[in-house]
Amino acid sequence: MHNEFDELRLVGVTRRFATGASGQMAALNDLSLVVRRGEFIALLGPSGCGKSTALNCIAGLLPLSSGSIWLDKTRIDVYPPEKRGFGMVFQNYALFPHMTVRKNVGFGLLMRRVPRDELRTRVEHALQLVQLEGQGDKLPGQLSGGQQQRVAIARAIVVEPPLVLMDEPLSNLDAKLRIETRAEIRRIHRELGRTTIYVTHDQDEALSLADRIVVLREGVVQQVASPHEVYTQPANLHVARFMGYRNVIDFEATRGPDAGSVSLRREGMSLAGTARQPLPADGRVRAAIRPDDFAVADGQSPNTVTGVVDNVEYGGRESLVDVSVTGAVRLHVRTSLPVALGDRLRVSVPPERVLVYVGD
Amino acid sequence: MASLPTLQEPPVPRGAGGKLRFDPTYGLLAPATLFLLLVFVYPFVYGFVLSFQPNQGSWTSNYATFFSSPRLWPTILTTFKIAMPATLINLGVAVPLAFRLRVKSKYQKWTTAILVVPITLGTVLIADGMLTYFGPKGWLQLVLQSLHIVTADDPIRLTHNYIGVVLSLIVSGFPFVFLLVLSYITGIDPVLARAAATLGANPQQQFRHVYLPLLSPGLAMAFCLAFVQAFSVFPSAVLLGAPSGPTRVISIAAYEAAFEQYDYSMASCAAMIMGFVQLVVVSAALGLRSLFYRGPVVSGKG
Repeated sequence: MHNEFDELRLVGVTRRFATGASGQMAALNDLSLVVRRGEFIALLGPSGCGKSTALNCIAGLLPLSSGSIWLDKTRIDVYPPEKRGFGMVFQNYALFPHMTVRKNVGFGLLMRRVPRDELRTRVEHALQLVQLEGQGDKLPGQLSGGQQQRVAIARAIVVEPPLVLMDEPLSNLDAKLRIETRAEIRRIHRELGRTTIYVTHDQDEALSLADRIVVLREGVVQQVASPHEVYTQPANLHVARFMGYRNVIDFEATRGPDAGSVSLRREGMSLAGTARQPLPADGRVRAAIRPDDFAVADGQSPNTVTGVVDNVEYGGRESLVDVSVTGAVRLHVRTSLPVALGDRLRVSVPPERVLVYVGD
Repeated sequence: MASLPTLQEPPVPRGAGGKLRFDPTYGLLAPATLFLLLVFVYPFVYGFVLSFQPNQGSWTSNYATFFSSPRLWPTILTTFKIAMPATLINLGVAVPLAFRLRVKSKYQKWTTAILVVPITLGTVLIADGMLTYFGPKGWLQLVLQSLHIVTADDPIRLTHNYIGVVLSLIVSGFPFVFLLVLSYITGIDPVLARAAATLGANPQQQFRHVYLPLLSPGLAMAFCLAFVQAFSVFPSAVLLGAPSGPTRVISIAAYEAAFEQYDYSMASCAAMIMGFVQLVVVSAALGLRSLFYRGPVVSGKG
């Protein structure tokens, strides 16, 4: 298989599993996506959303139920994994326990019948890239989890695959190592420019690594957009919840004065917001607001809500404060100001940060 | 400089005056120890000593007789010629079958069950079945005759000869080897083969580079157990073989010495030689095993 390509196209990729006697469940439903050369794509979603299924379909480890996968003009979903030549990094590393680090990294080159001298230099180079020089003669069992995952990354990229697939590569690492290895993956991608598809359930990982994020839920694509857009303009309420819009409040909506603007009203509070979806006829909507989009209001701030502080979680630079508003609404607000339990607090939020969705 | 904390040995239980105290939990070993002493160690030592107390001649004369008599020493080779092929064929058939059946499927349970059934049959029952089935008036002969592959005058002979004994060892030994190998294979993380596949290894290469090296210690173990079992063949060598000639195995020699010549000392000598040969083969197999990787066969953290 050629090593370079212009785009990887997924066309209606669907994978169904048999459930019980006759039922079928689509683990992945009609995924269509064009990945351009050099891109870093994150498949993001909670567990069971179909993101790993998608990755295994691309790798060839799972057959498609319908749809097709194309590398430029070549249809590749008909090939077994060993013919596709994609590099894959597994969640539990999947290093060969009986081979040294060097043999592990060189395995793909050996299968490709790369001459011995070239194999040796390329393996050394790959070990350098993941900063494991001098560890080549160890067995995987003698390395730490972070080192093992770096061996797995070296093993996947040493064959210079057209596409690197990563299946939650950081989820077995502890918090500190996760951030370090994340930076490592980012650096390697920048240096080599290999097209990468990265599966994760961690929104921070997706935001910090990806050029584009594909948000999945129950096998269905929810949004395909840049990290900034997914973060600030979630396509629907599921994506909003997943991206940390912790305040989701029911409102009665009426069209506002400007295009897209919405007036929101409910017992005890009214706000101006921005429609992200067409308003329903009955006006029943839900508004999503991030805790950090609230600011403690001074005298003249517009778009405010007043309530009583009934919980404070101290978090160092900022605290997460729960503000109880009449009508059984509890707002989650992030603030750096000192706040005490029982304080009356007036918070404001810009209308463009109050995202209005149709309820689910 | 502050002194560094030192690692401390866990305290050994000591009674008054600093004397070592007996840990009562060792008492749990008593039944097993007693059992081993009574039914293994004592008979073994008894037989060992007995083999050096011949009815006549010097203390080594049993061994001298064994290795000089053309009725006796070739039995070692005969047994080898039966046990080794049976063991290797069993392993050779069990490995690909177990490999094929390593993944869960709706056939896995049934196929495994059918393959394992012979383990529930005794060797005598198997011998009896084979005598009927392969015999001159057995199904196999009748089918082959009706297909004009063999004639009634010149039937294909699968009983009362070398082949019969090897076949019976395969039938009775296979389930045992298969179950052992299956448990070793299913213990190998299948994600390793998938990783090899994404790196360009086709199924044969996945087997050769990933499964086989991880499986080798298990195969050596399975070989030892199967070989020892096959080497001590007795009932089928008598019932299905030609016990006076081509299948006169070492256990037959021991039996004849003990129960036809009533020379228990000579019989013990044969048994000791048999045990020694088994020990040599097992040590060789286990020695080879140490050349292979013997760590955990899953990847990453558990």
